[in-house]
Amino acid sequence: MIQLKGLRKEYGKQTVLDGIDLDIAKGEIVVVIGPSGTGKSTLLRCINFLETPTAGEITVGDLTVDACSTSRKDILALRRRTAFVFQNYALFANKNALDNIAERLIVVDRWPKEKARQKAREILQRIGLADKAEAYPASLSGGQQQRVGIGRAMATGAEVILFDEPTSSLDPEWVEEVPGLMKQLAREHQTMLVVTHEMSFARDVADRVIFVDGGRIVEQGPPSELFSNPRDPRTRDFLRKVLPDQTA
Amino acid sequence: MNVLDLDYMLGLIPVLLKYLPLTLEMAAAGMVLALVLACLLAVIRVLKVPVLDRFAMLFISFFRGTPLLVQLFLFYYGLPQLMSSLTAINGITATIMGLTMHFSAYMAESIRAAIVGVDRSQTEAALSIGMTNAQLMRRIVLPQATRIAVPTLMNYFLDMIKATSLAFTLGVTELMGSAQKEAAGSFLYFEAFIIVAIIYRGIVELLSWLQRYLEHRLNRAYSR
Repeated sequence: MIQLKGLRKEYGKQTVLDGIDLDIAKGEIVVVIGPSGTGKSTLLRCINFLETPTAGEITVGDLTVDACSTSRKDILALRRRTAFVFQNYALFANKNALDNIAERLIVVDRWPKEKARQKAREILQRIGLADKAEAYPASLSGGQQQRVGIGRAMATGAEVILFDEPTSSLDPEWVEEVPGLMKQLAREHQTMLVVTHEMSFARDVADRVIFVDGGRIVEQGPPSELFSNPRDPRTRDFLRKVLPDQTA
Repeated sequence: MNVLDLDYMLGLIPVLLKYLPLTLEMAAAGMVLALVLACLLAVIRVLKVPVLDRFAMLFISFFRGTPLLVQLFLFYYGLPQLMSSLTAINGITATIMGLTMHFSAYMAESIRAAIVGVDRSQTEAALSIGMTNAQLMRRIVLPQATRIAVPTLMNYFLDMIKATSLAFTLGVTELMGSAQKEAAGSFLYFEAFIIVAIIYRGIVELLSWLQRYLEHRLNRAYSR
């Protein structure tokens, strides 16, 4: 479904991703955890070429792209098979909630406007914001904006949704509504790759948790296993810091 | 000190207003052409298009770095000397050309700043849903850049209306040129030029009102 082979990213002499190999099955929910600055976000951003990987191979569905020889067409095709949820929401400020969601259908998939908006209304219903269709991003709360951000990703019909720390910018009072929506998507078997610091989300929802440090996958496994019985000392050290009330 | 000839001044208003349409036509043509050219230059600068970017920088530095009057004289008196096909160029055309190039250089920089001023993450979001560069420029970035750029662009437009008065140096009888002619006949220079000043001031006031309305409309999506 999704396959990364030897994915590398270097900025000058600094190596951010040091050969990532990863397979994600259809409907699988994979959560990436790890210390700050270890390349978690870069990993997500390389999968849809918001950053250009230095080397490696990315397969999404039936499309395989080699980082060393990409065409503009490949990149566009790859981006159209993936969707991205941003830490700072990144909604289109000149469009209301409905059109933020419908935009992809209208512009990329060339649906007639009314059909696209109908579909967008269904999505607003699913994300619990049916009454906010006409609202512009500036008038929505952080949690509402991020739900629209997720709605925009849902509208793409992408094979995988990439979540880049979707709750990090939220005030504590809004944090619950976003994981709630993500859990709902998980129940619908949407394939997801999630970078997050919300360990409770990782534990409750993930099929598999991946611990990344120094641009490499250090350890991975089902959350029950990784959280209760981490093998690598770096994983143990990290979990001790983020889960202080638990003896790892 | 002599008393101002008020009757002469009032009588002059309708005479001078007959030339107002020409002034506005030159400014409007100059503004439309300058906007098109400025958008082109700004996009070239933002996307750093090879070769064209160097050309755009050269163009901008020349037209920002020399006085408008010098540019107008170059177009009107200078170019026909080099290219005989341009001998037929008239003062109005030369003025519109000069205004277009001069103001597009300034406007390109403010449009470029406005494009860069649109939150970068929205560009990434547009790319992430599979939009092409042209699509995201047209649908996401430029509409928002317009809002940022409108106040400065309106400023340039007001400046351009006033700059059309330089056309009289190319022998065009527009608002300023007609005042000059009237004054030369009556020797009432102060009266003639103060009326011209009042007319320019009036146009600027009307357009400032339009600007406030435009900004209000463009800001609707961004207010809580």
